[in-house]
Amino acid sequence: MNIREPTALAGAKERGSAAQFEERYLAFRRRKLIYNALFWGGFIACVIAAGITAKFDVFTLLKGLPRTTEFLVKMVPPITLSTFAADIGEWYWGIDKWLNSLLNTLLMAYLATVLGTIVGGALSFLAARNLAPNFLTYWAMRRTLEIARTVPDIVWALLFVMAFGIGPLPGVLAITVHTIGAQGKLFAEVNENVSPLPLDGIRAAGGNWLHEIRYGVIPQVMPNYMSYTFWRIELNVRSATIVGFVGAGGIGHDLFTSIQLLYFADAGAILLIVVVTIMLIDMLSEKFRHSAIGKASFSH
Amino acid sequence: MLRIEGLTKAFDDLVAVDKVSFEVPKGQMVGIIGRSGAGKSTLLRMINRLTDATSGRILCDDVFDGEVDVCGLKGRRVREWRARCAMVFQQFNLIPRLQVMTNVLMGRISYHATLPALLMMFPAKDRALTIRALQRLDMVSHAMHRADELSGGQQQRVAIARALVQEPKILLADEPIASLDLRNATIVMDALRRINKEDGITVICNLHLLQTAKDYCDRIIAMRKGAIVFDGPPSELSDALAREIYGSDKGGDDDVELAFTATSAPTDFARSATRSGAD
Ligand SMILES: Nc1ncnc2c1ncn2[C@@H]1O[C@H](COP(=O)(O)OP(=O)(O)O)[C@@H](O)[C@H]1O
Ligand SMILES: [Mg+2]
Repeated sequence: MNIREPTALAGAKERGSAAQFEERYLAFRRRKLIYNALFWGGFIACVIAAGITAKFDVFTLLKGLPRTTEFLVKMVPPITLSTFAADIGEWYWGIDKWLNSLLNTLLMAYLATVLGTIVGGALSFLAARNLAPNFLTYWAMRRTLEIARTVPDIVWALLFVMAFGIGPLPGVLAITVHTIGAQGKLFAEVNENVSPLPLDGIRAAGGNWLHEIRYGVIPQVMPNYMSYTFWRIELNVRSATIVGFVGAGGIGHDLFTSIQLLYFADAGAILLIVVVTIMLIDMLSEKFRHSAIGKASFSH
Repeated sequence: MLRIEGLTKAFDDLVAVDKVSFEVPKGQMVGIIGRSGAGKSTLLRMINRLTDATSGRILCDDVFDGEVDVCGLKGRRVREWRARCAMVFQQFNLIPRLQVMTNVLMGRISYHATLPALLMMFPAKDRALTIRALQRLDMVSHAMHRADELSGGQQQRVAIARALVQEPKILLADEPIASLDLRNATIVMDALRRINKEDGITVICNLHLLQTAKDYCDRIIAMRKGAIVFDGPPSELSDALAREIYGSDKGGDDDVELAFTATSAPTDFARSATRSGAD
């Protein structure tokens, strides 16, 4: 535009374009409003439909709520300040046994995390599009990991309890299988984001596929692997408790039997142990994860 | 002697390198020039066997017994070839999180069985080679640093050290100075020229700037749209031809100014051999 144009004319033009802009802006707003209304309307309709189909009834919920608190009250025996130590001691009469079970659960989670991470990690290279030797391997590996991951670990545990009998072994196996699937998929996605440059460097120097993985990929992905693994330990402690419900040993088994036998105080005591343990592990793993991620960002 | 015969690479219907033929006698330093997209990288990657050729032959007689068509090599022999025909890259292609020492040792990887190399079990002789290579490139004081703590020029020198411990007969360099400032570009080009002269290693170097190729190379090969349009000593490359090589396909010549910008003249490499400029 010519800068020597009379200012009045320029103003008129500006006003013209401002009006045009306003018009387009309003049209845009209207369209956006319609889209938003459609989206939220659809969303709410879906929620209501889902609630009806699942027989989610607000009245049943309201009627059931007091019973939940009743149950919670039963889980904590009367404790008075004057006899505090003795009361707690009585509540936790089974502490030795429960701590032993807790240790079992933690070991199950730890073992399953280690085994699952090693196997899942190894398979993740075959499940990464950029690293798999061919498309068929990639595809088959992705599907295998999907099956291992999408079948819930409680279902794996039921299967293994039927096959191997009651005890920690089926629990470890169940969580391991689920961990292989979960870690394999997460690691494969990390693998797909590595820089190809170091890989080219190693191949050009005469390295083979394993060398490329060992020296080109692993140093790049290690911080992310670590972070995912700390998170997985956290999840697996929870899983190891749950699989105990179907006979796979550990503290979950104790919790399940005490509920079945209506020993509510015992159930409360065990539940508190589990909650505190998981909170502690949450905090620890958070700390480790941050230090792992810190290293990752430092490296780039 | 390296003989390229009718080497062609097609990506679907795009012919990136089109029936290229030339011979490189042992110990020559060749500069390959051409504008971006001319096919220079594809050509070098085919020679190193990072990329498979669509057709044509790459014949070499001083790596294996007798003259061998490199395109026909398989498995372990490909890896041996790659080691003997080392390559450095524009982006250095080091492993960022590993030490300089480890990065250079990667050059020895093809000389050992897979398992010991995976466990980082390299013999003392390899470490000695590594230190000597780092010394030559004036990088020995950085041996224990992580590769990503180094400047671009230093990283490229580490990459050249890695290439050296491969004990190569041929050294390919794909735009080795395109990511570097002028001073580091000079250090790196001096190093390549020195290695070429002192070790008698054939060097084939893709360069974006014509002047660099004129300053450092015995011979210039110019590519355009996948084909060779000039092959001869730098003195024979006329300005008119150079303009044509760099001129864009639509007639404009936006690349020309860049291509003609002079880098500094090479420093005397006899002097820099005893006291090479360090960062
Ligand atoms: N992997 C690939 N897939 C498809 N096309 C490619 C690939 N690599 C290079 N090309 C194409 O081949 C041509 C030559 O590329 P390249 O060899 O990188 O040229 P130069 O190194 O001279 O800039 C370009 O048109 C480029 O887009
Ligand atoms: Mg290129």
